[in-house]
Amino acid sequence: MVLQRLKPLLIVSFLSIFLLNATPLFANEKEAAAKEEGSFNVTQTILEHIKDDHSWHLWGHTSISLPVILYTPAGFEVFSSAKLIDEHHEPAVYKGNFNYKLVEGKAKILNAAGEVDVEASKKLWDFSITKNVASLFISVIVLLLVILTAAGAYKKTGITSAPKGLQSFMEPIVLFVRDEIALPNIGAKRYAKYMPFLLTIFFLILTNNFLGLIPIFPGGANVSGNIAFTMTLAVCVFIVVNLSSNKNYWEHIFWMPGMHWSMKLFLAPIELIGVFNKPISLMIRLFANITAGHILVLSLVCLIFIFKTVYAAAVAVPFVIFIFLIELLVAFLQAYIFTMLTAMYIGMASEEGHHDQAHH
Amino acid sequence: MFLEINPLVLPDIGLVFWNTVAFLGLLVVLGKFAWKPMLKAISDREKGIEDSLAKADKMKADLTAMQNENEALLAKAREERATLIKEAKEASEKMIAEAKDKAKSEYERIVADAQVAINQQKNAALTEVKNQVGSLVVEVAEKVLRRELTNKAEQETYIKQLADGVKLN
Repeated sequence: MVLQRLKPLLIVSFLSIFLLNATPLFANEKEAAAKEEGSFNVTQTILEHIKDDHSWHLWGHTSISLPVILYTPAGFEVFSSAKLIDEHHEPAVYKGNFNYKLVEGKAKILNAAGEVDVEASKKLWDFSITKNVASLFISVIVLLLVILTAAGAYKKTGITSAPKGLQSFMEPIVLFVRDEIALPNIGAKRYAKYMPFLLTIFFLILTNNFLGLIPIFPGGANVSGNIAFTMTLAVCVFIVVNLSSNKNYWEHIFWMPGMHWSMKLFLAPIELIGVFNKPISLMIRLFANITAGHILVLSLVCLIFIFKTVYAAAVAVPFVIFIFLIELLVAFLQAYIFTMLTAMYIGMASEEGHHDQAHH
Repeated sequence: MFLEINPLVLPDIGLVFWNTVAFLGLLVVLGKFAWKPMLKAISDREKGIEDSLAKADKMKADLTAMQNENEALLAKAREERATLIKEAKEASEKMIAEAKDKAKSEYERIVADAQVAINQQKNAALTEVKNQVGSLVVEVAEKVLRRELTNKAEQETYIKQLADGVKLN
């Protein structure tokens, strides 16, 4: 937990060092300097690595083209992302229903003059299978394979024999989620109903955290460090928490029992903010922690390019390995924290009020 | 706006959409085909283990109870045997004593009977002797009386002779 708290600080200090170094280089002619042979823009490189992309970069000039799915007022359009890149690996214009071009990695509509049409681009919905979506699908396939195999083993070997293979790998984690997360926070009476939700959230986050740590192909995408991913999960949590809420929960929010009426009026808006604050904190915590880890590793690797000497690797590589080990812990920890807080919020929302009945 | 400057905190609708699809799909598929059967199997197994432990405990308790019962039965049997032996001993002693008593009384009775018989026989013999003596005396007296009439000296020898001839057996 201490590391957890320290990490953002570390990143800020690392980044500020890089920015201080980088600013004099690129401050005057940023564009020109970035294109200049041998120069190296750290911030841009790191951002490119942690951002989503329409193609999946493998090595050098080799990358996997992914399908682009666009919805415009003219309807759906599907084409390969290779068509948005020219032979020099620069963004190219693709002529579909409109003229499309990637600007800072995002598909935009161009007007007749070849400039970005802001108004038209606002009506462009990008449902592309991007690098993150593809990585997400890989994690879904992995999860389905692993978990369904493990679950099938129970049918095959029955419940009397000890778990074997994948089953014995999965069972302690499932038991961990049940005994350490769901049971203490939701209570023995209602926990069973939420177990599939909690387990799915836990394993989805865990798998994507781990996949994100693998630097080469099937991994490497920053899915769980993407705000869209964490936002979706947080919205799901928000919906589940509020669906499982009872009268007692809302009474504690709008009319806190056992308080003076003025205090009740004062507390109501604060508690109401808390209702939205909880999922938002979930969203930001996971996003920030995973993205921070990626930035940290990339920053350390970039040290080699900043100093322009291979000897920097002697310092950078041990540090990268060290951070990777911490990231392994963080990957598990963040999945655990997200699931535990979800369970806690569900428990709070569905708690029965016999404790407070005594005050009346 | 802050969201506009930092591309990292701008959620893409594409990923939101696909993630919703992926998450809900996973939730439904895994919920139905993995988590439910898995959790059920695990809780079944836990229940099975609990049950068998309880059963083992119960069996152990039963066994102990049975052992105690056995011991109690054994002790009781031992006690019974002891009493039986004691009773048998007593009975045999009593029987022996009774037999002795009976034998003694029988012996006494037999002796008494014998004495009575002896006395009777003795008396009968005496009576017979007396009768014989009487009849002999009468016979002798008759003979004497007949001889006396003839010779006095002879008479005396004769009496003497007769007296010798009478043998009081």
